[in-house]
Amino acid sequence: MATAIESENTQKQDYLWTLNFGPQHPATHTTLRIVLKLDGERVVDAVPDIGYLHSGFEKIGEKLDYNQYVTVTDRMNYISPMANNVAWHGAVEKLLGIELTKRCQYIRVIISELARISDHLLSCGAMGLDVGAFTFFLYGFYQRERIYNIFETLCGARFTNSYTRVGGVAQDMTPQVIEEIRAFLKTFPQTIDEMEGLLNRNRIFVDRTKGVGVLTREEATNFSASGPIARASGVTRDLRKDEPYLAYKDFDFQVCCATAGDCFARYYVRMAEMRESLKIIAQALENLPTGPVNVGVDERTILPTKQQVYNSIEGTITHFELVMLNRGFTVPHEESYLGTEAPNGELGFYLVGDGSNVAYRARCRPPSFIHFSIFPHLIRGHTLSDIVAVLGSLNIIAAELDR
Amino acid sequence: MPANPTTLEALQARFGELPTTEFREQTRVVITADQVPEVMGWLKSERGFDLLVDVSCVDYLNFRDATDRYGMVYQLANTLTAERLTLRVYLNDPNPTVPSVVPLWQGANWLEREVYDMFGIHFTDHPNLRRILMPEEFTAFPLRKDYPLQGRGERHNFPVLERSDA
Amino acid sequence: MAVEQLPDNVMVSKLDELASWCRKNSLWPMPFATACCGIELMATGAARHDIARFGAEAFRFSPRQCDLMIVAGRVVMKMLPVLQRIWSQMNEPKWCISMGACASTGGVFDTYCVVQGIDRFIPVDMYVPGCPPRPEQLIQAIIDLQDKIQREGTLNGSEFDTAQRQQPKRALVELPVYGQTPYFNPTSPLVKKL
Repeated sequence: MATAIESENTQKQDYLWTLNFGPQHPATHTTLRIVLKLDGERVVDAVPDIGYLHSGFEKIGEKLDYNQYVTVTDRMNYISPMANNVAWHGAVEKLLGIELTKRCQYIRVIISELARISDHLLSCGAMGLDVGAFTFFLYGFYQRERIYNIFETLCGARFTNSYTRVGGVAQDMTPQVIEEIRAFLKTFPQTIDEMEGLLNRNRIFVDRTKGVGVLTREEATNFSASGPIARASGVTRDLRKDEPYLAYKDFDFQVCCATAGDCFARYYVRMAEMRESLKIIAQALENLPTGPVNVGVDERTILPTKQQVYNSIEGTITHFELVMLNRGFTVPHEESYLGTEAPNGELGFYLVGDGSNVAYRARCRPPSFIHFSIFPHLIRGHTLSDIVAVLGSLNIIAAELDR
Repeated sequence: MPANPTTLEALQARFGELPTTEFREQTRVVITADQVPEVMGWLKSERGFDLLVDVSCVDYLNFRDATDRYGMVYQLANTLTAERLTLRVYLNDPNPTVPSVVPLWQGANWLEREVYDMFGIHFTDHPNLRRILMPEEFTAFPLRKDYPLQGRGERHNFPVLERSDA
Repeated sequence: MAVEQLPDNVMVSKLDELASWCRKNSLWPMPFATACCGIELMATGAARHDIARFGAEAFRFSPRQCDLMIVAGRVVMKMLPVLQRIWSQMNEPKWCISMGACASTGGVFDTYCVVQGIDRFIPVDMYVPGCPPRPEQLIQAIIDLQDKIQREGTLNGSEFDTAQRQQPKRALVELPVYGQTPYFNPTSPLVKKL
């Protein structure tokens, strides 16, 4: 355990003090370790040490098939698991060349945006908690419980719900779920107002986060930042607008950007993005198309309904092809990548198919991993108490960091 | 979005005929390991590919019709025009080495360290090439195809704490 | 001499039971939250399912000040020495709840880096199945642990010295993996000799 980590560019000076911001303590969001070199309270250098939650996700991807692996993708960014499911199955469907039904696209957009709200509530809440705003955190958590209720009515699990399947979703959206989402949409804007009222003009919060951890626009692209962190630095790149996937073309929403690039800007961009997500969900619910939610039986990718299995030959054949052990869906012998706008940044899966229904290589492009490499650059010169503000604003999820 | 045909023409004009394929609207260009700093630098400065999206690797040991063992994947994107380009570099055992792109994009630092940790590919001129996800003492390269999923017994090689010890 | 009737405000009990009663009703958890179960742990501590009702109000993150370690989430081989160090830093009497499938048995992750159950390396008192377990399940585990403490607790912690507690658990024996080991080979060390 006691490996000497020589930091990359610090001179050896006796007055510098090494502090271990260890893998277990409250302010890191689960297991990260940072070895700090301090000059009194100023951070001279910070060397992150990760891998304390590396579970071999990519190796598991070479063993489980495309429908089984979605259960494992849930456990990556576990505060918005629906977004990971949508990203994984989006990548698989791109590789297989399947076109989803309109209803399925709208449903996936709704759950992605609910996952985005859930993620931003927790990341801002955890940032507030670390900085000292406990009430803010609890308000956020209460709303997340309501989102969990929606997901539980939809598919049975509070989170880690493996809801999507290749070619569709596991269960269709019932009117009860739609009513719950509508009720949520009615009362949620008031909560965002309350939460913003607590922190936006709060002297302590603003002093702790304004000007801390500044990331300029050129640095943001050089460090491969994406998502709210890049947008808070002025990079106007949002994959929902630049490379629309699913049904994002049909919706009218704005991309939230800021120019300051400090912790306060990142917090502010996330709060603004929650409001935009509400707009998208409202539009999607109004225009939710009717029709089948899974692709047709001719595609031979998704389990057909029982009526189709018993009453049509195509349904029977598809059921047989998918369930029998030595068959499965046919996958081209090729490689493809799909990047989606996850709440944390660009989450993408690079898939190499080899003809069988198990991926040959399932590479996840993790936004948290890339953002954590920016951390030493952001924290240099700030004090020890700014570390928690910067870490909170970067929204590092250890499971996505280490996979 | 597939790469702009003008980009591909300019690439051909500058560097000659490079094998290019397209699949599902993604353009893949194959380059050799020593061309990496030149081509990437030119793409970044002349054609505006300022965002390095991902650096990863595929081990083709059990792949049908594979010619080389390791295939590096570099994914670039242009933030202004939302154009994407994928570059492939194929490497072989023993001693797979490729020049590092950290001088061009700082984001490649950790991505290359992870490829080294998981596959054992060396990056020349990398400022800090050491293991990032596995412990420092780990000797094997886990994502290679000849390493088993359950490992070789490293995961349980620890002392047991009984109630009487604590 | 006749025994006087005890007044109403006097209770007679054993010192062990009194000590166990005090300890069980103020279990201060040390959340060792690694992964997704950590979020359910936070949700258990939040307003809707409130763990403070059971005395577990103070989620102190310092092992020196806690008596219940809740390991929530998968423990990787790089993290295991950290877990062991924190466990040994806690003062007795101490208990451990292994929350979730990953902490109890490795869960979904039967890979080269995830420890297949922390009870191979740490003594565990209560297992909570689930992936992730609902907050109600965790609260049930705390209630069951409270019953266990009340049943077996002693004043000076001598319940931890019994031979039955020191025995290695059956799960610590490495089970043969289907398809990878010569399961029916009689000379294989993995086949249990009767």
